[in-house]
Amino acid sequence: MTIIESRGLGKRYRRAWALRDCALAVPGGYVVALVGSNGAGKTTLLHLAVGLARPTAGQITVLGGESAGSADALDRISFVAQDAPLYRNLPVRDMLQVARNLNRRWDQRYARARLADLGIPLRQKVGRLSGGQQAQLALTVALARRPGLLVLDEPLAMLDPLARHDFMALLMGAVAEYGVSVVLSSHVLAELERVADYLILLARGQVQVAGEVEDLLARHRWLTGPAGETDRQAERMCVVRARRAGAESHLLVRVTAPLSPAPPGWESQSVGLEELVLAYLREPGASALPGPAAVRSDSAGAGR
Amino acid sequence: MTIANQSGDRSGGEPAQGEGAVPIEFRLDPGSGVPTYLQLVHQVEHALRLGRLAIGDKLPTVKATVESLAINPNTVLKAYRELEVRGLAVGRPGQGTFVAGTLGQVAAADLAALRATLLDWLASAEAAGLDHDAIVALFASAAADFRGRRGTEGAA
Repeated sequence: MTIIESRGLGKRYRRAWALRDCALAVPGGYVVALVGSNGAGKTTLLHLAVGLARPTAGQITVLGGESAGSADALDRISFVAQDAPLYRNLPVRDMLQVARNLNRRWDQRYARARLADLGIPLRQKVGRLSGGQQAQLALTVALARRPGLLVLDEPLAMLDPLARHDFMALLMGAVAEYGVSVVLSSHVLAELERVADYLILLARGQVQVAGEVEDLLARHRWLTGPAGETDRQAERMCVVRARRAGAESHLLVRVTAPLSPAPPGWESQSVGLEELVLAYLREPGASALPGPAAVRSDSAGAGR
Repeated sequence: MTIANQSGDRSGGEPAQGEGAVPIEFRLDPGSGVPTYLQLVHQVEHALRLGRLAIGDKLPTVKATVESLAINPNTVLKAYRELEVRGLAVGRPGQGTFVAGTLGQVAAADLAALRATLLDWLASAEAAGLDHDAIVALFASAAADFRGRRGTEGAA
């Protein structure tokens, strides 16, 4: 089942396109990291997926073909916005009651058990909880709806390192226990490296990279070798980013076969997710998209 | 990919495990450059070599590991699969993953022979003009390369 699928998806606010020509087919069961510079279109994409915004162009479906924003889709999606919206003046107990009344699906036992584990007192006013506890409460409410898809917009932004760890532990526990699919946007790359197994990277409102993390890492290598040979290598393979240091050249390349050997005289090293993301963020023109890349090579072939 | 089914096999419905019953506590070194699942594999191997884990011991559940390290459940599943491939662990549906093999100490004679080869190599490296730091750098680079290759083969 594809958890999010879009074709030709675009969103225009007044005269500027926030998102354009976005083609995605994200399989279910993954923890998807959505990354990109500020203004790249992350929140727009999330809002389109959860039905808070309507596409200007194209279409988007969720949870195996449900139209985004439809009643069936909304029932099975939980969304936690950037500021973890909660009723700050209510005690935690009443906050749960409100959520229970507002939702058709609600697992009260799960919510109570998690809050007990987390040491969040039911009598405390929500607004008096620490930032980390508020984030955990918002996540608990989102999970108690037993969603098939959980969408989180910048959940870590306001949290200190300990609260980040606890938040992710709660989230990953739910993934292990219920197999909920997760899409989260974040700037905290180090944290994503531990949790994400699918990556979507947006640049200037378009999908620059999308794929399974393990596969993406296997298809990229750092090559170090003589600077004089850089251009020759660049003709033979796809260079995402090149850096020169004196007589040496460092190339982040995309390889066609995961185990292809380095060219003679070059040293090949594996790439971490954080490095990979940083390299693409610095080179918004480089694309590792399987879809549009294939289309492009097709048209290039036709022109030949 | 079905996380729910896989993890359900190993963590769902298990009786709660007392803290003292788990003979290994996983840690992560994010700066090491070693993939997370391999770090878990190495820690089990290390505990086996030191005799802290024995055949029949239960490894921590996927859910417990995920909640203590805040990592993706698939990473733990991958580590446990790798341990199964290496003949060191076996998964029993509904019960968990258990230690099924041992890693004996390398015999003293073998260690001595390996050490002698290494000393010969060090002498030739020095003769080639490498100083101590250059030798260490070369060894570290080769070891990382070797480990990386083993890692990708394991993933394939």
